[in-house]
Amino acid sequence: MAHDRVPGDEERHTGSLVTNRVLLTLLVAALLGVVLLPFASMAPNRLMSGQAVGVTAAMLSWQWLALAGLAGILTACALSRPFPARLARWLTLTAAPLWLLLALYGLGDYASRALQDASPAARVSQGAAFWILVFCPILMIIDAFQRLGSSLAVRGLYSVVLVVLVGAMFAGDTFDALSIMREYANNKGTFTAEFLAHLRLVGLALGPALLMGLPLGLLARRHPTARGPLFGALNFFQTIPSIALFALLVAPLSALGEALPWLKAIGVGGIGAAPAVIALIMYSLLPVVRNTYAGFAGVPATTIEAARGMGMTSRQILWKIEVPLALPVILSGLRIVTVQAIGLTVVAALIGAGGLGAFIFQGLGQYAIDLVLLGAVPTIALAVVADFLLQILVALSKPAGMR
Amino acid sequence: MRVATVKHPIPFRDWLLVALSVLLVTLTLFMARLEPLFQALFPDVSNPVYRRESFLQLTLDHLLLVLVSSLISVSVGVGAGLFVTRRGGREFEPMVSSMAAIGQTFPPAAVLAIVVPLAGFGFVPTVVALTLYGLLPVIQNTIAGLNTVPPATLEAARGIGMTQGQILRRVELPIAMRVIIAGVRVSVIINIGTATIGATVGAQSLGTPIIAGLVGNNIAYVIQGALLVGLLAIVSDLLFERLERRFTFGA
Repeated sequence: MAHDRVPGDEERHTGSLVTNRVLLTLLVAALLGVVLLPFASMAPNRLMSGQAVGVTAAMLSWQWLALAGLAGILTACALSRPFPARLARWLTLTAAPLWLLLALYGLGDYASRALQDASPAARVSQGAAFWILVFCPILMIIDAFQRLGSSLAVRGLYSVVLVVLVGAMFAGDTFDALSIMREYANNKGTFTAEFLAHLRLVGLALGPALLMGLPLGLLARRHPTARGPLFGALNFFQTIPSIALFALLVAPLSALGEALPWLKAIGVGGIGAAPAVIALIMYSLLPVVRNTYAGFAGVPATTIEAARGMGMTSRQILWKIEVPLALPVILSGLRIVTVQAIGLTVVAALIGAGGLGAFIFQGLGQYAIDLVLLGAVPTIALAVVADFLLQILVALSKPAGMR
Repeated sequence: MRVATVKHPIPFRDWLLVALSVLLVTLTLFMARLEPLFQALFPDVSNPVYRRESFLQLTLDHLLLVLVSSLISVSVGVGAGLFVTRRGGREFEPMVSSMAAIGQTFPPAAVLAIVVPLAGFGFVPTVVALTLYGLLPVIQNTIAGLNTVPPATLEAARGIGMTQGQILRRVELPIAMRVIIAGVRVSVIINIGTATIGATVGAQSLGTPIIAGLVGNNIAYVIQGALLVGLLAIVSDLLFERLERRFTFGA
């Protein structure tokens, strides 16, 4: 969604039958996935691998017929006839989400039907074809918006409605029979705690990273000689693999905790949140500093000259000219570090810092795949949502003339 | 997402590269000789050096994971980038760019975890996850690099009678090369890190002693693995930096 370039409407002049090859490719991919891959799997218990179930076997006939009907409409949208291009796009934006919701409902419905007369330990999980049936319509929606060239406001509103609808399905009992939701039900309290711990770690890292990174970025702008060593050092940290940096901080911090009992009392020790937060701050500094620097460097010299000519002081120029003009670039940096920190916090679970990664590594250790997904899927959702929200913030921070 | 590259005084960087490479090779080969040092640092630990597998083997396993996945990522990624910047594939460019951008917001560790239910445990799922993730920066930078070629330059190349293939090989790729290599650099560095986490899904790598140390509460193992993998990443990064410099045009 970051790329707003719209492919030209040359498609109408070519006179060929297929006008939207992207949409057609996605439909072919979905068809292949549905034919070749399992839609769901059913296992006797949470640790055993399941029996593959195809789409037509898992869904009721009205469900997969409706899915096929929607695929037919979408195919027509990819062709030059019968729909005019603009109508085809809006039709795609209607049919694709229905497809998405139907795939979600179909899976939940299958799970509850399949488990009705199965042993209580039996589990139903989603298969590869399910993921394809979810991702293809999302990509179709993105493609349709790109072709329409819709504003961020329209896209945002559309996404919110879609997220609310999917959220309502989760809040209702659609998915309750599904294995990943059973894991959730079994770990409800822990899940909330780990989710909040994840957010807290990200927040604890981003706060200090911004407090240090913003002045450092300004410093790099004002003093060109400081730039080389500063960026070199920060890039050095950025390069070290996360798990290595987390791990390397464990030893000195545990020594520190042993040496200074009052530090240990406030939670600084070898294992836990302290090394995680320090490592996350080190990782977050480079994007913040680099974007702050780039933001200030991008302010046109003539603009500053004009402000000085009007008699503004240096302080006024900084706050009234430079900061507002640099803000979009600085916020893009915040977007990068937020997404990065959400991802790196997963790894922090390995050194006992908690967060959603705890479910992933616990699940991997027990070979409980749905516990793994209970950690992985919300993390990915969190990263994508944070990215989207900050993207909107970046767009809003642009001065009216630049939007 | 590395956009800006920063210039450093060349001699220092090269000196650092040589020194760290020597350190990496020496530590890989002779970690066991440091036993007295680790024993002194961690007197409570009975086995202060990881011995279940030689560090040479672990480093080679790690490199194999990264090499296999990076080779696939680079060939598929550059191929896809080329396809969507040609006339026949232009229509796919916004979609492919969006997928690359959105995909990179997915945490690498979560991608690794998602692949396990689909591909199982061990070497293969780790390579699959590394390949998928490594593709994205390569595609993104290939597209960005090829799009930096000024239309006037292409026009001029066409004007002097170059064929499409000649334009690609002698004009577009040389101009785009530095940005493409920057993408490969990001991809390889991320993959070195993710291959470390691959130890949790059963792929042997330098992450194996780290995980073993964290599980068995043996900080010495953790340090040994982390030191080597950190050095490996930094040496690779410095090598790519050199390579990028070589392809800088008009600087």
